[in-house]
Amino acid sequence: MNKLLKLLNDNADFTPAQLAVMLGVTEQEIRRQIDEYKAKGIIRGTKTLIDWDKLPDSGVRAIIELKVTPKPETGFDDIAKIVMSYDNVENVYLAASNSYDLIAMVRGSTIQEIAEFVSKRLSTLDSVIGTATNFVLTTYKQGGICFVDDEEETEQRSMVL
Amino acid sequence: MDYSSLLNQKIQNLRPSGIRRFFDIANEMDHVISLSIGEPDFTTPWHVRQEGIESLRRGKTWYSPNRGFAELRSQISNYFARRFDVEYDPNEEILVTVGGSEAIDLCIRAIVDSGDEVLIPQPSFVCYEPMTVMAGGTPVILRTRSENEFRLTAQELEAAITPKTKLLILPFPNNPTGAVMRREHLEEIARVIEKHNILVLSDEIYGELTYGQERHVSFASIKGMRERTIVVNGFSKSYAMTGWRLGYALGPMEIISQMTKLHQYAIMSAPTTAQYAAIEALKHGDADIERMREEYDTRRRLIVDGFCRMGLTCFEPEGAFYVFPSIKISGLTSEEFCEKLIYAQHVAIVPGTAFGECGEGFARVSYSYSLNHIKQALERIEIFLNEGNKV
Repeated sequence: MNKLLKLLNDNADFTPAQLAVMLGVTEQEIRRQIDEYKAKGIIRGTKTLIDWDKLPDSGVRAIIELKVTPKPETGFDDIAKIVMSYDNVENVYLAASNSYDLIAMVRGSTIQEIAEFVSKRLSTLDSVIGTATNFVLTTYKQGGICFVDDEEETEQRSMVL
Repeated sequence: MDYSSLLNQKIQNLRPSGIRRFFDIANEMDHVISLSIGEPDFTTPWHVRQEGIESLRRGKTWYSPNRGFAELRSQISNYFARRFDVEYDPNEEILVTVGGSEAIDLCIRAIVDSGDEVLIPQPSFVCYEPMTVMAGGTPVILRTRSENEFRLTAQELEAAITPKTKLLILPFPNNPTGAVMRREHLEEIARVIEKHNILVLSDEIYGELTYGQERHVSFASIKGMRERTIVVNGFSKSYAMTGWRLGYALGPMEIISQMTKLHQYAIMSAPTTAQYAAIEALKHGDADIERMREEYDTRRRLIVDGFCRMGLTCFEPEGAFYVFPSIKISGLTSEEFCEKLIYAQHVAIVPGTAFGECGEGFARVSYSYSLNHIKQALERIEIFLNEGNKV
């Protein structure tokens, strides 16, 4: 795996100077590589991982499974683009599965709001032939980061000598 | 009851290890970022753990032979020949021990008679001096210096040898300084050793953790030194197997057989489950070593650069997983610096003096922690230097 991308994937806070020293190349080289990854669409953006559940009134999230009839020319792309266009849809994936085709991660302020969004906006789409809504109760891990304070995150080593 | 009149005087006089104190302070605080622990943060590779589990499942819960299982000794022999180019007879020249520490203890006790002098380079791991004292020997401290990148020099060694000198400890790659002895440095030491009738205990427990182009060179591979050297190594650092407690000693049959007697009476045999796991580690663990070594190297680069930018100069450590920055710029002693740092910024590091008085002016910082952890600790230390230590 590309070492620079792995470091950035683990922590976007590293400065180009720190990345340079860790990888044994110049700072300019790091900046050049990052620019190139951005230009090629390999680096798509930089965000902060927030555990929204820690905040009051953080709303609810759901994983929506969509069974879709693909279109002759464009397959699943057209319908995926429509699903993507809603602001409350955070992620959209095409799945290889027997039971559904698209998966959408949706955020809403209440369960009712999401249920309504699914029934009024998604189920009614032309080629959608079925939906299943899964509400998220607890986020254990996201983006490679543990979201629960369990023992694996706390120091288990002892000071012996 | 007056226990002090009943307890062994030598043991009562031993000082407790200085590493502990700061760990104890850290334990009582919240949100401490520690860079003080001297063991891998990785867990033992899964395939190695599986072999341990499998041996338990099959009910392999008996003692092993005193010297360790024949297959393990054979694998150690292969490994050492493959990685460090020295051949040892699995039947006579290898002893499997409870960690490298037991091997060090056995070696010192098997060699040192009352009044013998043992040359101990410092700063170094804390056990050599007390073990020498317990064996009735006299520790003679050889101070290594930052201007020599904390290597032992031939001149310093030559100057310290007396008719009473029996044993030289060679603790490289070094805890706490991260210093390594390259082949040319070892050859200079060997030229001094061969002129005298002394033995060498080469503690190579960090032998797999060296960085840069050159790999670790075993002192036993230097011409003429195999017959005078006991190599101590183990699984703790290279395979992240500290808790399994497994190490070994390699050396001439005449010395290993004496050490085996001590081991037999005091320990009997090393842990059985750990030995099955270790066989797997030696057979299929080279890639694990490399993966962890690369990760340590990335951390090492980050932390050395971080300290140098702050003005806490450290020479570039080439082995183990420690940096040993100079804290003299702060105007504080090592103890004061570490104590103020932990109270002001909740960062725990170990004063250099825990590894010998000559560690004054330095601190040991472990990079056996994740990059994020190291990054945060560096930020706090920088704040401390900018404002905290005026408190």
